[in-house]
Amino acid sequence: MKMVTAIIKPFKLDEVREALSAIGVQGITVTEVKGFGRQKGHTELYRGAEYVVDFLPKIKLEAAIKADQLDSVIEAIEKSAQTGKIGDGKIFVADLEQVIRIRTGETGPEAL
Amino acid sequence: MKKFIALFALLAVLCGSSAPAFAEDAAPAAAVATTEAASAAEVEAPVAAPVPNKGDTSFMLTVTVLVIMMSIPGLALFYGGLVRSKNMLSILMQVFSIFALITVLWAIYGYSLAFTTGNAFIGGFDRLFLNGIFDPVSGAVANGATFSKGVYIPEFAFVAFQATFAAITVALVVGAFAERMKFGAVMLFSALWFTFAYLPIAHMVWFWAGPDAYTDADAAAAATATAGWLFQKGALDFAGGTVVHINAAIAGLVGAFLIGKRVGYGKEAMAPHNLVMTMIGASLLWVGWFGFNAGSALEAGGTATLAFANTLIATAAAVLTWMGAEWLLKGKPSLLGAASGAVAGLVAITPACGWVGIGGGLVIGALAGVVCFWGVTGLKKLLGADDALDVFGIHGIGGILGALLTGVFNGFAMGGTGIIDYVNNTIVTTEMGPQVWIQAQAVLTTLVWSGVVAFVCYKIVDLTIGLRVAEDAEREGLDTTSHGEKAYNL
Repeated sequence: MKMVTAIIKPFKLDEVREALSAIGVQGITVTEVKGFGRQKGHTELYRGAEYVVDFLPKIKLEAAIKADQLDSVIEAIEKSAQTGKIGDGKIFVADLEQVIRIRTGETGPEAL
Repeated sequence: MKKFIALFALLAVLCGSSAPAFAEDAAPAAAVATTEAASAAEVEAPVAAPVPNKGDTSFMLTVTVLVIMMSIPGLALFYGGLVRSKNMLSILMQVFSIFALITVLWAIYGYSLAFTTGNAFIGGFDRLFLNGIFDPVSGAVANGATFSKGVYIPEFAFVAFQATFAAITVALVVGAFAERMKFGAVMLFSALWFTFAYLPIAHMVWFWAGPDAYTDADAAAAATATAGWLFQKGALDFAGGTVVHINAAIAGLVGAFLIGKRVGYGKEAMAPHNLVMTMIGASLLWVGWFGFNAGSALEAGGTATLAFANTLIATAAAVLTWMGAEWLLKGKPSLLGAASGAVAGLVAITPACGWVGIGGGLVIGALAGVVCFWGVTGLKKLLGADDALDVFGIHGIGGILGALLTGVFNGFAMGGTGIIDYVNNTIVTTEMGPQVWIQAQAVLTTLVWSGVVAFVCYKIVDLTIGLRVAEDAEREGLDTTSHGEKAYNL
């Protein structure tokens, strides 16, 4: 099992969700986050006072998947989240040790 | 309790200090009283007291309500949007409570000290607790003078209209020391500064015997001798450039210096928390300002419409010039810039609105947008004070600009209205050079008087209850630490 974490542009969320549903991903968790990468922040100016905003709003998306889904999930996120401009985000993949469905007590791939 | 004792002590000092002034003026005051009595007898014997025009009375009540609206919620929201969300309620509360406090003080002694005969610097106690305006036996309300002979408004209308001016002036000051002053300190300072700065300046600039006293040259001289010091000099301030804006702005600037910068100023982001509120506030100010400026004509006539038109047009010009300057120099035209430009234009046209033509008004508004933009950027850096909401940059600089330009554009040659010669019942022009010098004297008098009084008042407050909240409280925000509530429970 794999845990896929993707940081994407907020306005791309719907497209990514649709792409993941289409390939059979059962659920994702989404968090509004702020961060910085290579994309520069912006400057806000209030009367004379200048504030540099370094942290940009992004969406963090997490999906727990079966190992054999990994390539198609990465491809789906890559395609749907891409604009080609700086700030499109990143995808992180990690091994997932255990999954438990709280309602039934199922464990492992059954619980995904 | 300490505050009350302090207040009473100040009242006592005030009574004591003005007693000799009464003595000095006793002779002329008595003379005026007898002539007044004689002329009143002449008028009253054949005909009943003149009845104010119902249109004028309705007009004055309406414009008074407009000025209340520009204070609460207008000014409160304009300021509130500019502070951080943790201090939103503190600024709303300060403006709201000051409005109430000054209104009460106005009724008790403020109106009397500002608008009754005393000496050239402060009025007397004839109207203490608004005494003598309402006659319970006859049910009659005394008449107040306007700027036209034989035209009167019920004195209560004038009392209420001027009360709103006093209240908004004191409320304007809080923008300079926003986000860090103790609430009790704000209240005590407001009461003190109102008493020793607002009332004398209002008396000096605006108090006079009214046009009916100007029957011939001798009577005019006698009447002028009872007027306020700057009025006697011929200073023109239609709706309060000196009395309201310069007065409040310098008091704010002195406060910003004395209280010190906000914790984290220049290091942490202090961006306005809600510019939507600021835009609503600025718009309410603009709408309310028609009451402020047109209402200062004291009757619904041509002068009121001139003031109205100038308030509309000059302000629009200021919005455009501030926006243009910002676009050109900083790269983007901002909403905050446009809203600030509107307030700058309103401030600058305030002293001029009934004294200059539309052309003059346009120039004043256009210049105000650019000069006040410099006031909140270049000048602010030069001064180095944390004038949190730019009270001096906008109200001080706009007020000074408007006051001086009133002298430039009042004369006939510049398309202005000139001034009324009440003895000959004609309109005469003013000369630009001398009039600008008179205006400058009014500006300097206000800056020095209000600045010095504010300094002493802050020191008194600092020594009694302390000016500033604890650093922890400031970091947490005044809403929870001073008022025990939050603006946004989302």
